[in-house]
Amino acid sequence: MADPAPSEGRRRTLKTLLGTGATALGAAIVYPIVAYLKPPEVTGEQVTSVLVGKVEDFAPGSGTLFRFGNKPGILLRFPNGSFKAFTATCTHLDCTVQYREDMGLIWCACHNGKYDLNGKNIEGPPPRPLDPFEVVVKGDEVHVTQT
Amino acid sequence: MKSIRTALSGWVEERVDLSGVKEFIQHKSVPKNRHSVWYYFGGVTLFLFIVQVISGILLLFYYRPGADTAFESIRFLMTKVQFGWLMRSVHSWSANLMVLAAAVHMFSVYLTKAYRKPREVTWVSGMLLFFLSLAFGFSGYLLPWNELAFFATKVGTDIAGSVPLVGEPIMQLLRGGPDVGGATLSRFFGFHVALFPAIFTVLLTIHLLLVQKQGMSSPIGAAEHGEEKSMPFFPNFVLRDLLLWLIVLNILAILAVFFPWELGVKADPFAPAPAGILPEWYFLFMFQILKLLPAHIWFIEGEVFGILFFGVAGLLWVLVPFWDRASQRGQNNRLITYLGIFVIVFILFFTILGWVM
Repeated sequence: MADPAPSEGRRRTLKTLLGTGATALGAAIVYPIVAYLKPPEVTGEQVTSVLVGKVEDFAPGSGTLFRFGNKPGILLRFPNGSFKAFTATCTHLDCTVQYREDMGLIWCACHNGKYDLNGKNIEGPPPRPLDPFEVVVKGDEVHVTQT
Repeated sequence: MKSIRTALSGWVEERVDLSGVKEFIQHKSVPKNRHSVWYYFGGVTLFLFIVQVISGILLLFYYRPGADTAFESIRFLMTKVQFGWLMRSVHSWSANLMVLAAAVHMFSVYLTKAYRKPREVTWVSGMLLFFLSLAFGFSGYLLPWNELAFFATKVGTDIAGSVPLVGEPIMQLLRGGPDVGGATLSRFFGFHVALFPAIFTVLLTIHLLLVQKQGMSSPIGAAEHGEEKSMPFFPNFVLRDLLLWLIVLNILAILAVFFPWELGVKADPFAPAPAGILPEWYFLFMFQILKLLPAHIWFIEGEVFGILFFGVAGLLWVLVPFWDRASQRGQNNRLITYLGIFVIVFILFFTILGWVM
């Protein structure tokens, strides 16, 4: 009668080889798919400053949305003529905020989040203040830059 | 006519043995009891799904995905194409009715504890189909690329992004980038018309095969109440089913014709979220709760708390066949009934609150 040991060993080796091969095949299929689904970083020009408009375009006591790269920003002009700017993306769930003259604050329509005119979250669900921008007035041009 | 039919069935039977199927249909019966009315809601959901497939394919003939073309193609469909407005209205209304029918089906199965052994897998597959229906609704909502859909998608994907650890990669996967834009629309289109239908078909096949194999569940204690009656599946139950489908088709037609679905304003990523923005009604209770939660609860952000709460509650709901031991033993578990009623009242309360506030 033949000794069963060599056949058992061969079976184990084959199982290991087959298992390793199947795992490698699975990984070779899954990895490219996962990597493919991950969107590439867009290597566009990094925006650090934008020209928003002329001083006279913004009435005192108003709020205006502007583009800062591919994100919205909000520029406030106060009755004394000074400016402030913030990112216009609500820190709660990413909606775009707006200036509400009747409330005298920045408001998010999605979940009724409220920020004061310094961008600080004062009511509702927003967990953090809006990120501020620096406003620079050069002659009659209003520039907004990243702080 | 009859001879053609006999000849045709003879031709088929010479090649394929259908005696097993015939036997099955002839002997299949449906239990008759005071809860029998709920048996029809699964069928109604199936009917509305069929309407979705047909109307969805028809919409594809004109729809053009893309941030610059999607809104315009739907406007063209609704204003220039003959009955284009009707096709879109049917698709939108049918989607809403399907979610409603699926919800009624789910709660009736839950309250009659029809998920108990041996139907655990039927329940779980049904729950997955229900979640997939919501995902269909969410992904389809963005496709017209209007203002409401744009912000709903921003909020929805941001919610996914708030899940600890895995949230950020999931959000990127859904959006196709850091923000909601044309890439998101392409992905949602792919989910809506290819990926979700493929998964749905597989799950639906499993679900229906199990329902056919195991038959309808009799409520606990039906035998003791002397309710152990039954009716033949064919033709008695099937004809009742078809009659109800006809009624649902009429309701759908009335809604689609007299309350046509609006297109709204085209999405503008640089416009503020419009006042009075609301999600679809079936997400309204979650929306309202997220609105009411404070910025921080203990040491975690309010939104993360809300999402974890819904996640855990949803998981417990899906796994109910595995922890409701009393129903498994055939005992009437009142706790489960009260919990179900509480969930329904909770959802209704916050949905109504979302509407009126």
